Amino acid sequence: MSFLAIRAVSKSFGGPPVVDTVSLDVDRGEFFALLGPSGCGKTTLLRMIAGFEAPDSGAIVIDGETMTRVPPHLRPTNMVFQSYAIFPHLNVFDNIAYGLRKLKLPKAELRSKVEAMLATVRLEGLESRAANQLSGGQRQRVALARALVREPKLLLLDEPLGALDKRLREAMQVELRAIQRKVGVTFLLVTHDQEEALSLSDRVAVMGHGKVLQVAPPRTLYERPNCREVADFIGEINFFHATVREIADDRVTVNAGIMGIVTFPRANLADGIKKGDHILLAIRPEHVAFADTGMAGELSAATFLGERNHLQVRIAGRSEPIAVSAANAPAGQTVHLSFPPQFLIGLPSGD
Amino acid sequence: MKSLRLYAFAYLAFLYAPVLVLPIFSFNNSEFIAFPLSGFTIRWYEGLVADTAMQHALGNSLKVGLATALLSTMLGLAAARAVTRYRMKAASVALGFISLPLFIPDIVLALSLMLLLGAGGLPLSLAAVVLGHLLICVPFALTVLIARFEGFGRDLEEASADLGEDPWMTFWRVTFPLMLPGIVASLLLTFITSFDEFLLAFFLSGTEATLPVYIWGQLRFPERLPMVLALGSVILTVSVALVVLAEHVRNLGAQKTMVGA
Repeated sequence: MSFLAIRAVSKSFGGPPVVDTVSLDVDRGEFFALLGPSGCGKTTLLRMIAGFEAPDSGAIVIDGETMTRVPPHLRPTNMVFQSYAIFPHLNVFDNIAYGLRKLKLPKAELRSKVEAMLATVRLEGLESRAANQLSGGQRQRVALARALVREPKLLLLDEPLGALDKRLREAMQVELRAIQRKVGVTFLLVTHDQEEALSLSDRVAVMGHGKVLQVAPPRTLYERPNCREVADFIGEINFFHATVREIADDRVTVNAGIMGIVTFPRANLADGIKKGDHILLAIRPEHVAFADTGMAGELSAATFLGERNHLQVRIAGRSEPIAVSAANAPAGQTVHLSFPPQFLIGLPSGD
Repeated sequence: MKSLRLYAFAYLAFLYAPVLVLPIFSFNNSEFIAFPLSGFTIRWYEGLVADTAMQHALGNSLKVGLATALLSTMLGLAAARAVTRYRMKAASVALGFISLPLFIPDIVLALSLMLLLGAGGLPLSLAAVVLGHLLICVPFALTVLIARFEGFGRDLEEASADLGEDPWMTFWRVTFPLMLPGIVASLLLTFITSFDEFLLAFFLSGTEATLPVYIWGQLRFPERLPMVLALGSVILTVSVALVVLAEHVRNLGAQKTMVGA
């Protein structure tokens, strides 16, 4: 069995299920992210793993031990709260030492342990600071140190970077990843920030409406999303309605309306799609290419973003403009677009 | 603008001038409460020191006040925690019922409690006064303590649990220290409320008078009136000091945990 096993866990607060028969497996030492929009159930799932909420049904197993009904103070997990939950009546040292009371360490040993942890999160010399004298980034580090000093089997992070400004957030992302590599603890991160999830994690579970939509490494999620929600949530993407005409061993042929008859690799087609099905053909903006011939359109908007240009191309017979990301913007208003087949993805249409 | 300022001064004078009569006449060297003042004396205060019946009543009031303060703060703490920390369906209804005694006329409350005790065959006593005072003090305690609980999030208690402390130790290591200013304020306010209360004490105390009841009894003897004024002045000073202290402690705590979120 995997290190963290979540088996058909459901939870509702009197209404529709917030977490709906979720099963997940996380490996030991992995940096795993739960990604989804607010209200998708990711935080509730995290709180059930920490023990703050009890699942209505299902089981949670950590390192071979069933934790479903174990109260939070007896679980081998520690959490970095979204608010950081730094104890306001204690200084930095006492905040970090809070969870070590039961170990009854000699004073010198306790001090060296806390100091080692302060060094890990780079807060040396701040041990006697009061909680209200810390900046946002420092509070985040104290919260991290306080959890890690207990040497948890599983560290839970609830939107840990959400309260920080953009620059600090990016710096902390790099540091968080470095700390995880150093301590080797399994990290379970909850976030609604897809960039954060993709840049930090070994694997990501995308959640929506209480269900896990897809679990995959970041690159796979981006290149091979398995449904419309995942494709839409992870980065920008263009959709075209299409109907499957033929599925061969290695190729799929679809009728894609204004795009015409298109053939693309079978590997790019999501599971469970049959001949005659209505599907969504998807392509990322950076994979759409400008060509001399092909689909004609009008350049309607352009945003210059340093190395790349984000362009919007209006096509006759289609209400949504097509998003294109390119290094060079073509001259003139009228352009032709081509859609390289190897970058086309076939997804269930969801209706 | 000027007339408004005048009104404000007149209003304050109307509020506090009568109260000042107490200390002024308590130092007046005459048995009659009338102007002009006839000279400075502290003999009424000396009389207080010698009055053992008064001291007995003071002892009773302190006992009742302490018991009421402790009990109502403990009950208030439990109730405040329940309504702020758990998803409770009937929280507002429960709060309403707890606060209701504040809006029932004290005379009605006193009468019904006296009748109830009589019907139950229980004697009128200081314990009965404490029970009566609990009815009016718990709402005060609750108001102060709920405000305090709302001053810091549930996540602090969750963090403590997450860091390995059971609910009991979480209470002592996190909840109690953060609640302490509220608890002190609640103790002081409920003590003062109980200490000053007359009607319930008058109906329920039986033969053991509390201080306000004793003072009421003394009013029958005109010659003892200046001594009652002296006693009143002492109570006034101590009450104001305690209320100021309670407010100060409460504000102190509020500032300190502003960063708690």
